[in-house]
Amino acid sequence: MATLRRSEPLRGYALLSPALLVLIIGVVVPFLILLTMSFWTRQGFDFDTTMTSANYVRTVQEPIFGAFLLRSFWVSGIATVATVLLCYPMAYYVAFHVHRNKMLWIILMTLPFWTSYLLRVFAWKVILGYEGVINASLLSMGIIEAPLEFLLYSQTAVVITLAHAWAAFAILPLYVSLEKIDRSLLEAAADLGDGPVMRFVRITLPLSIPGVIAATFLIFIPTTGDYITPALLGGPDGAMIGQLIQLQFGAVNNWPMGAALSIVLMLWIAAIAVVFVYLARRADRIAA
Amino acid sequence: MSKGNYISRPNRALQLYACLFLVVLYTPVLFIPLFSFNDSIYVRFPLTGFTFNWYVDLMGRDTVWKAMWNSVRVGLSVAVISTILGVLAARAITRNRMPGQNAIVAFVMLPLVIPGIIFGVALLVLFSWMGITLSLYTVGMGHMIVCMPFAVATLLPRFEGMDRSMEEASVDLGENGWWTFWRVTFPMVMPGIVASLLLTFTVSFDEFIMAFFLSSTDATLPMYIWSQLRFPREFPTVLALSSLILLVSFALVFLALWIGRLGLVDEDIA
Repeated sequence: MATLRRSEPLRGYALLSPALLVLIIGVVVPFLILLTMSFWTRQGFDFDTTMTSANYVRTVQEPIFGAFLLRSFWVSGIATVATVLLCYPMAYYVAFHVHRNKMLWIILMTLPFWTSYLLRVFAWKVILGYEGVINASLLSMGIIEAPLEFLLYSQTAVVITLAHAWAAFAILPLYVSLEKIDRSLLEAAADLGDGPVMRFVRITLPLSIPGVIAATFLIFIPTTGDYITPALLGGPDGAMIGQLIQLQFGAVNNWPMGAALSIVLMLWIAAIAVVFVYLARRADRIAA
Repeated sequence: MSKGNYISRPNRALQLYACLFLVVLYTPVLFIPLFSFNDSIYVRFPLTGFTFNWYVDLMGRDTVWKAMWNSVRVGLSVAVISTILGVLAARAITRNRMPGQNAIVAFVMLPLVIPGIIFGVALLVLFSWMGITLSLYTVGMGHMIVCMPFAVATLLPRFEGMDRSMEEASVDLGENGWWTFWRVTFPMVMPGIVASLLLTFTVSFDEFIMAFFLSSTDATLPMYIWSQLRFPREFPTVLALSSLILLVSFALVFLALWIGRLGLVDEDIA
C-alpha cells in the first residue's frame, strides 16, 4: 500500500501524459513559435529573422490597430452585457420556478449552442440581410419603403448575433450559481419581513454574483477575438481584431505582424482575465 | 426542506419571458430549414412554393460528398482520440492526487475560452515552421485542441460521481488493476464515454475556424459552405446543406446530453 501511495502522482502523470503531449505540441510549442515570429519582419515573400520590436511599435503607433482592438472590446462588451442581462431571468426561472423536468429545460436552452457556430451566424444573415426575412417582410407589408440598412453589416448586427450565439455560456454559470443558493436563507428573509424585491436584492442577487462574473468572463474573452460573426455580418463598421489578424495571414501576407497582433490580443485577454479572477475571488469571499 | 409558498408560486411574467426566450433562441436556426424548401433563390416572405430541388441538386454534387466524407473522417478520428485521452486524463485527475492538477485541468480547458483564431494561427505558424503541408491531418490536430476540453468536461463528472468502493471491492476480490478497469470502471463510466464521443464528433463536424486556417484543398463541410457563401445563386443549396448539418448536430447532441445526463451542469465543473 505504501509503495502504491508513493507512486500515485507518478501514475497520474503517466495517465495524463498523452493529453499533455497533445497540448504541448498543439498549444505551448505553437505559441512559443508565434511569440518568436512576432519579433521578425517580413522580407518580400520571406521573413527577416533578426529580432526586432518593429511590429509592436507599429501596433502602438498606427492608430488603426488600437482602433480595431478598442472596437472589438466595445462590441463584445456590449454583447456580453446584453447576453448576461437577457439570460439572468431565464436562468432564474429554471433555478427557482421549474420543479419538474429541469434537465429538459437545461438541454433545451443549451442545445443550439452545440450546433455549428458558422450556421447560427449564417442564420442571422438570412434574417438581417437586405433581402432577408425582416427587411423583405417589412417591405411587403408596406411598413418601410427601403431596406433597413443598419440591420446588416453593422455593429448592431454583430451584437445581436453574438448575444444569441453565446447565450448558453451565460445560462450555465448563472443557473449553477442560482441553483446553489440555500433556499432557507430566502425563507428566513421572508419570515423577517422582507418582500420579494428586497429578498432578491439582498440575498439572491449578491449570492449569484459569482455566476454573473463567470458568465461575463466566458462570453467577453472569446468574443473579442471572434472572426466569423464580424466577417459575415460586421461590414466595415463592425470589423474586429480577428479579421485584422486573419488579413495578415491571408491577403496582406505579413505573418510576423499577424503574430504580433495575436500576442497583443492574448496579453489583453490575460490582463482582463486577471481582473476577472480577482473579482471572482472577492465575490466568492462576500458570498461565503 | 420544505419550500415556502412564495417560491413555488408560479410567476406568470417569468413564465412568459422563458417561453419567449426559447422562441427567440430557436427561431433564427429554424429559418434555415424553412427556406431550404422554398421554391425561390431569394430568402424572403412570402414563401413561394414547396420544393425538394435544392436537396436533389445537393446530392448530385461530388464536391459535397467529398467534403462530407472529409468531415466524417476527421470527426471520427478526433472523437475517438480525444475521448481516449479524456478517459485517461479524467481517471488520473479523479484517482491520483497530483501536485498541480488544478492547473492542468485549467490548461486543458483553455481552448474553451481563448478565441479560436489564436490557436488557429499558432498552429498554422507551427506547421509552416516544421514544413508540414496543410491537409486533413493538420485540421484534425486543430480539432483535437478544440475537442479535448469537451471530452474532459463530459468525462470528469462521470469519474467523480462513481462510487469508488466498487473498484476497491473488485481489487479486494482479487482482480488486478487492468481487469478492474474493464469490468468495473469502464461499464460505470460508459454513458460518459458515449456522450463524449458524440459531443466531440459534433464539435469537430461543425468546427470552422481551425479548418479555415489549417485546411488546404481538402474542404470539410463548414469550409465548403463558407466557399459557397460568396455566390448568391448558391444560397438555397447552402441552406439545404446547412439544414442537413443542423439535423445531424441536433440529433447527436440531444442523444449525448440525455445519455451523459448533462453532468456538466449537475456538477460544478462548468
